[in-house]
Amino acid sequence: MQKLKLVMIGNGMAGVRTLEELLKLAPDLYDITVFGAEPHPNYNRILLSPVLAGEQTFEEIVLNDLNWYAENGIKLLLGRKVVKIDRKQRLVIADDGSEAEYDRLLIATGSNPFILPIPGKDLDGVIGYRDIADTQTMMDTAKTHKHAVVIGGGLLGLEAANGLKLRGMDVTVVHIGDWLLERQLDRTAGELLQKSLEDRGLNFLLPKHTAELLDNGEGRVCAVKFKDGEVIPADLVVMAAGIRPNSELAESAGIACNRGILVNDTLQTFDPRIYAIGECASHRGIAYGLVAPLFEQAKVCANHLAQLGYSRYQGSVTSTKLKVTGIDLFSAGEFMGGEGTETITLSDPIGGVYKKLVIKDDVLVGACLYGDTADGGWYFRQIRENHNVSEIRDHLMFGEGAIGDVGHQGADKTANMPDSMEICGCNGVCKGTIVKAIQENGLFSVDEVKKHTKAASSCGSCAGLVEQILISTVGGAADVKPKSEKAICGCSDLNHGQIRKAIREQHLTSMAQTMTFLNWSTPNGCATCRPALNYYLISTWPGEAKDDPQSRLINERAHANIQKDGTYSVVPRMWGGVTNPSELRRIADVADKYKVPMVKVTGGQRIDLLGIKKEDLPAVWKELDMPSGHAYGKSIRTVKTCVGSEFCRFGTQNSTQLGIDLEHDLFNMWSPHKVKLAVSGCPRNCAEAGIKDVGIIGVDSGFELYIGGNGGIKTEVAEFFVKVKTAEEVREYNAAFLQLYREEAFYLERTVHYMQRVGMEHIKKAVLEDEANRKALAARLHYALSFEQDPWKERIETPQLKKEFDTIKVVQLEEATV
Amino acid sequence: MNWLDICALDEINLLGSRIVSGPKGDIAIFRTSGDEVFALDDRCPHKGGPLSQGLIYGKRVACPLHNWQIELESGEAMAPDVGCAHRHAAKVENGRVLLALA
Repeated sequence: MQKLKLVMIGNGMAGVRTLEELLKLAPDLYDITVFGAEPHPNYNRILLSPVLAGEQTFEEIVLNDLNWYAENGIKLLLGRKVVKIDRKQRLVIADDGSEAEYDRLLIATGSNPFILPIPGKDLDGVIGYRDIADTQTMMDTAKTHKHAVVIGGGLLGLEAANGLKLRGMDVTVVHIGDWLLERQLDRTAGELLQKSLEDRGLNFLLPKHTAELLDNGEGRVCAVKFKDGEVIPADLVVMAAGIRPNSELAESAGIACNRGILVNDTLQTFDPRIYAIGECASHRGIAYGLVAPLFEQAKVCANHLAQLGYSRYQGSVTSTKLKVTGIDLFSAGEFMGGEGTETITLSDPIGGVYKKLVIKDDVLVGACLYGDTADGGWYFRQIRENHNVSEIRDHLMFGEGAIGDVGHQGADKTANMPDSMEICGCNGVCKGTIVKAIQENGLFSVDEVKKHTKAASSCGSCAGLVEQILISTVGGAADVKPKSEKAICGCSDLNHGQIRKAIREQHLTSMAQTMTFLNWSTPNGCATCRPALNYYLISTWPGEAKDDPQSRLINERAHANIQKDGTYSVVPRMWGGVTNPSELRRIADVADKYKVPMVKVTGGQRIDLLGIKKEDLPAVWKELDMPSGHAYGKSIRTVKTCVGSEFCRFGTQNSTQLGIDLEHDLFNMWSPHKVKLAVSGCPRNCAEAGIKDVGIIGVDSGFELYIGGNGGIKTEVAEFFVKVKTAEEVREYNAAFLQLYREEAFYLERTVHYMQRVGMEHIKKAVLEDEANRKALAARLHYALSFEQDPWKERIETPQLKKEFDTIKVVQLEEATV
Repeated sequence: MNWLDICALDEINLLGSRIVSGPKGDIAIFRTSGDEVFALDDRCPHKGGPLSQGLIYGKRVACPLHNWQIELESGEAMAPDVGCAHRHAAKVENGRVLLALA
């Protein structure tokens, strides 16, 4: 079949990202031709400022070198500006006369600097700040001339001014607004910024209107004259007063434009063969100038070009960060406030810290941070996810708190860490390594950093730190989407929520059916998506969907915990942590017979036999004659108990019996992540119920239930959920909450993270306020568990299942080696 | 090549593996969804994890210890990890799995 012809006009970040996404989805669909007006391959335009500041070189900011185009069979025409689109003939024509026919056309022409329409604007030494050529001009001029004037106190203007200053020029920033960065900062933060830039030797004139640029008599600028008559010397004038979408070409081809090329949610213009993306495109009235939204557009556009067409772009919330070394500012959303909003402010002008949070209808809608931006990513997520913040309002200002409180020496701010500081304690990855990988490989998301460096790819406790490093390295371009919006893995564009929904609504009951229906891009998924899909299937359709052992990781397949030497640990179930002499004798006998190297008591009040060979597992289970303790699964683990009122002189409730009953209620329960419970018989709380997924504390008048606790990577204290009178009620409320979690949480989401995502209100509504729903939830849990049986017993009794544990002995093999 | 008869193809689960005890340690035989078989020494080049216990997808296996992704055809670890598991020839003939030690 003949390939379709795809022509792209423009060779910048948004366009090339679209091609990358497209090649991932449909590598062979198109013959691709790219016209680039600049003589360079695709580079990271955001990093021009670090280049100007002398922190990076041009070579370092190239994202796709010429080899990349060649390897992907892309015809690259550099230094050629397209001057005409002939929509009838489906042809584009460049200024050198070269032509290309298209079946699909992608316009990614970006934007142009806005040049003030004032006398003298065409003099030598007057430039915009847009590309490598402009940057080179500034660097060259800095060597020979003294006075620079930057018109515009926005992000770009300030970065240009900072770079020129570092290159030795006297720099004055002229700004029309009342304070700097008025689109990113409020007045207070803008003034703090101005002060700190003045301390670095920059001069500011604002508010000030430029009237004219004066000629030195030889066609070069020599001074700037203002409307109030003041004149200042200028050998170089940088116009950074905004950008204008570059839509002239499209307009001349009769494509509808209005401050950008008008596109729909699949990035198509009214001519459906023609797409527009990036700064030249206007989507729902907005032409985005930041990288993160453009990359989102790229994904959608590529999806449509690949003839899939199930993605839509619905606009973005944006955040910004100034790339001036040593100055930290961050803003996102509606940070100015306004009607119907409330603001929380923290202001410490002497310490150089200012934070403002804007709340509307109990939802964080904007944030403006200056001086301390460590929590920027967290606020940004809150804004994007529309969380109800009423319950955390009193400490919202203090941020996420410790990001990981073990393994990082308690550090939770990366800005001041030295490059040698270890960020990922599992894989031994230092800050410097991560920064280098981000810069050299042009990374924009934590997932990409994981892939390149392994940082945050094991326990994940440093993911927050990695995200901070990412934000401070690439600024607003960082892709810090929450898990709820991220694709499950490289095999699909769909996120966990969409997949759960499809499985439920389309009644999908098998892995193969799900992958086919959802257009999985790989034949049988990967080690990330298969375990998740398997869980979603069996939890949504108990009794219908068949468990797929090959889609479970080894511990859940072998029903034991693999150790570093390939042996396994065995933890038999002891209901509520209670055992007896005969069980202990059997455990001792097994430990002797199989020469178990270590017998240890676990944190969940169980006994762990470590170092058992896989082939011995079925025999060990049989001789123990105890049920599986599920110490290996994303499942119910243990219910920890104190001795309670039967023995303890302080006990108010029979916590041990309740623990045993709860553990029987939940036996064999698979869940999105592990689930641990504890029951204490009095408020002294010896069972440590405050750090369990469900913690129960007996008091004289009944029981208090706490949910969402976690004692692991980051200690999370469980939140009070409800108080009930009887043990029966505890069991019902517990079952209902855990079933809700099983039905709604994403795979590998602990109860605490699930709660943070959906909000306590939602859980209370479903479980506490609606009795019928609570009973239905509990009933669904019991129904699901009615299909499960003790996996150890099953494997002892079913020869087919025992196969997993046998090794093949081959007679010929021994002969062959003689 | 000296092909050794190991077992019937059906004795290895689809997307599963079996261990053959070889003269120099265990060998893992993998079966892909396309009924191809591959054989590697049952030791991950990273920290010696038993690859036979990993999750198999496409023509790759994820090591059960630290999730290194190993190519079944070559034994090579996927970037950013570097290393290679020793490879043996394996094939299916008349429903039997054959192995030649290398």
